[in-house]
Amino acid sequence: MTAGTLVAEGFRPARIALVGPPNSGKTTLFNTLTGGRQKTANYPGVTVERKSGLLKTPGGHPVEVLDLPGSYSLRARSPDEAITRDVVLGRQQQETLPDAIVCVTDATNLGQHLRLLLELRQLGRPLILALNMMDIAQKRGCQISVEALSRQLGIPVVTTVAMRKSGVQDLLGQIDALLNQAPAAGGTAAISDWVEPSPEAIRAYHREVERLLQEAVVREGAPERLTRQLDRVLLHPVAGPLILLAILFVMFQAVFSWAEAPMDWIDGGMAGLQQWLAEHMEESLLKSLLVDGIVAGVGGVVIFLPQILILFLFILLLEDFGYMARAAFLMDRLMSAVGLNGRAFIPLLSSFACAIPGIMAARTIAHPLDRLVTILIAPLMTCSARLPVYVLLIAAFVPNTTVWGGIGLQGLVMFGLYATGIVGALVVAGVLRLTLLRGESQPLLMELPSYKWPNPTNVLLGLWERAKIFMRRIGTIILSLMVVLWFLSTFPAPPDGATEPAIYYSFAGQIGRTLEPLLAPIGFNWQIAIALVPGLAAREVAVAALGTVYALSGDEGTVTEALTATLAQNWTLATALALLAWYVFAPQCLATLATVRRETNSWRWATFMFVYLMVLAYIAAFVTYRVALALGGG
Amino acid sequence: MNGQGGQERQLFEWGRLVKAGLTQPLGLMRRGDVGRILAVQSGEGDVERGLLEMGFVEGACVEVLHYGLLGRDPLAVRINQNMTVALRRCEANAVLVGPLLDQTAGTETVSSREQGAS
Ligand SMILES: Nc1nc2c(ncn2[C@@H]2O[C@H](COP(=O)(O)OP(=O)(O)OP(=O)(O)O)[C@@H](O)[C@H]2O)c(=O)[nH]1
Ligand SMILES: [Mg+2]
Repeated sequence: MTAGTLVAEGFRPARIALVGPPNSGKTTLFNTLTGGRQKTANYPGVTVERKSGLLKTPGGHPVEVLDLPGSYSLRARSPDEAITRDVVLGRQQQETLPDAIVCVTDATNLGQHLRLLLELRQLGRPLILALNMMDIAQKRGCQISVEALSRQLGIPVVTTVAMRKSGVQDLLGQIDALLNQAPAAGGTAAISDWVEPSPEAIRAYHREVERLLQEAVVREGAPERLTRQLDRVLLHPVAGPLILLAILFVMFQAVFSWAEAPMDWIDGGMAGLQQWLAEHMEESLLKSLLVDGIVAGVGGVVIFLPQILILFLFILLLEDFGYMARAAFLMDRLMSAVGLNGRAFIPLLSSFACAIPGIMAARTIAHPLDRLVTILIAPLMTCSARLPVYVLLIAAFVPNTTVWGGIGLQGLVMFGLYATGIVGALVVAGVLRLTLLRGESQPLLMELPSYKWPNPTNVLLGLWERAKIFMRRIGTIILSLMVVLWFLSTFPAPPDGATEPAIYYSFAGQIGRTLEPLLAPIGFNWQIAIALVPGLAAREVAVAALGTVYALSGDEGTVTEALTATLAQNWTLATALALLAWYVFAPQCLATLATVRRETNSWRWATFMFVYLMVLAYIAAFVTYRVALALGGG
Repeated sequence: MNGQGGQERQLFEWGRLVKAGLTQPLGLMRRGDVGRILAVQSGEGDVERGLLEMGFVEGACVEVLHYGLLGRDPLAVRINQNMTVALRRCEANAVLVGPLLDQTAGTETVSSREQGAS
């Protein structure tokens, strides 16, 4: 039985793969077709995994749509492109060939994008060409004869505007038409014979594209002017890097100053809830669990939602606008000094959100050594889970004053912490490149996409998605760890005649006191030690844990007091600074380690990463603590 | 292009340009320079294919738009007025560029070149 008859007899939905050059709009199309929420952004290399979704065509055919990483050619250079090649050629394990391929191209750049289509056509599989971004092409006055192109190529051709439902109707129509046809017989010989195109073959494809365009392009569009003009400033040798720095700077200032009001509301709400519980509940273990364990702990993390959303607002806007590839261009020289290339800067920038997508994005790096170094330094970029820790400590210990005319000191310290992470990452990369991971580095070859106005729906959906992820994290991992921690901090009960707070005698207190001698040289007390242990699983837990630990160690009066005030009273400045330094480096995230293991396919590198980060964190905290003490921060 | 005979004529034309010193590697071009690609050749096959796949192919029109501060590296190059590609000088040197022979593709870029030179 051929795949076609299987489909016709309704055994399984037809499988259609979206294939195309990077940044041509495959994922946008996928989301519109299937109602999915996969990440889209205006730079090449956003999608690095195969994703699938379901769709029912107007003709009633169930279809499984596959979204794939972009690739300029079936000759895969990097691991993400290899996924696309393997799916298209049916080399993926436990997967048959897709029943049809939709080749998604950017209509404003057909000169480059049609070459992949010709490569795909060689395979002899059912194929549809989608000329995407037709709205932009039309705005520039470009006219393409779909009939001529379809006649020349011998395959169906449609125009699409990927983010509009109305813009994909033609495509759906063609898919239906294809599925109604009797399945083409045979047709896999070309696939088993497939070989990587030689340079000569690529040149031949180029000539063929030239010929096709002469036949099919009725009028060429005007060249893009906005991008050219903006780039004159944004890529200027001097102004460009300064603007990049300024953007990052404004981002961290905004994280502090814009979030103040909404944080106060949430804080007020939490305090009210705590007060209400304290007044209206009987004195009991349940009350302690709710007040000290959950509200003091989990509540302490929830209030950072506004800050995380502001950070993501900036990141999403920059991504959609098309600035990420420019940042990589501007950073290339600096990156090459440590043996990487600018391409690696995109995964590193993604790691500002979270190291996990950053590590996955390293799949777009072709060279194995470059890729490994990028993976190993990604956790040094300040991810959003560190934000609560930084904000809490800065708010408690750095005065909220302004320096040099209006720049907030707190935002400045925050910027400094991010900068330390970046510099640390570059130094580590340089050292690794000179020692363990010596070797050639990969040439930079990267498309700089045209600027596009960020799509408000896209940005809002992205923020909503982030808010959901954050709240889900709080509701699952953080909440459960807090319950465990509360339990460990409450039992066993203190002995009679105890002089210290009850938690001091509990399991958690015992663990904290065991670790204290190890951590005393870097200025951490046993309360911090307790918070660091669950904080190994996820960074924000440390904030929640500190909330619980101090709520349990305090008398009734301090329970409702803000954690910042409690910390300011209990810690010296040197301790706070040492803890900040610790957090810049410490590998406090199990999910990251698991991802590194998966992406490098070995525990070896995951272990190596954990150890080197731990050592760095200890040294950094030690030096910070000693220097701060010497300068009188004790 | 225009058939076998046309290609031979072009090869002959390029030979003359090389002799006359009118060609240079892309890596040596200055900001605002425009030209047409004569050859893409590199000792390493992968670099050559990578360049070809990014649109650096014989006959394409290129313009150097920007470069970085240190060592004027990397370059941002516009290909056929359509697509901008960032690459390092070292790889760019595998691309040999000559003057624009016909004016069809060059009117806008030539004027911007004059701006850049002034
Ligand atoms: N104006 C316009 N913009 C589009 C269209 N399709 C996609 N875009 C935008 O183009 C950019 C790239 O879209 P993606 O869907 O992420 O592209 P992709 O092909 O999945 O890219 P990779 O995953 O990197 O291969 C995004 O900023 C989209 O919003 C379209 O039809 N019109
Ligand atoms: Mg994508």
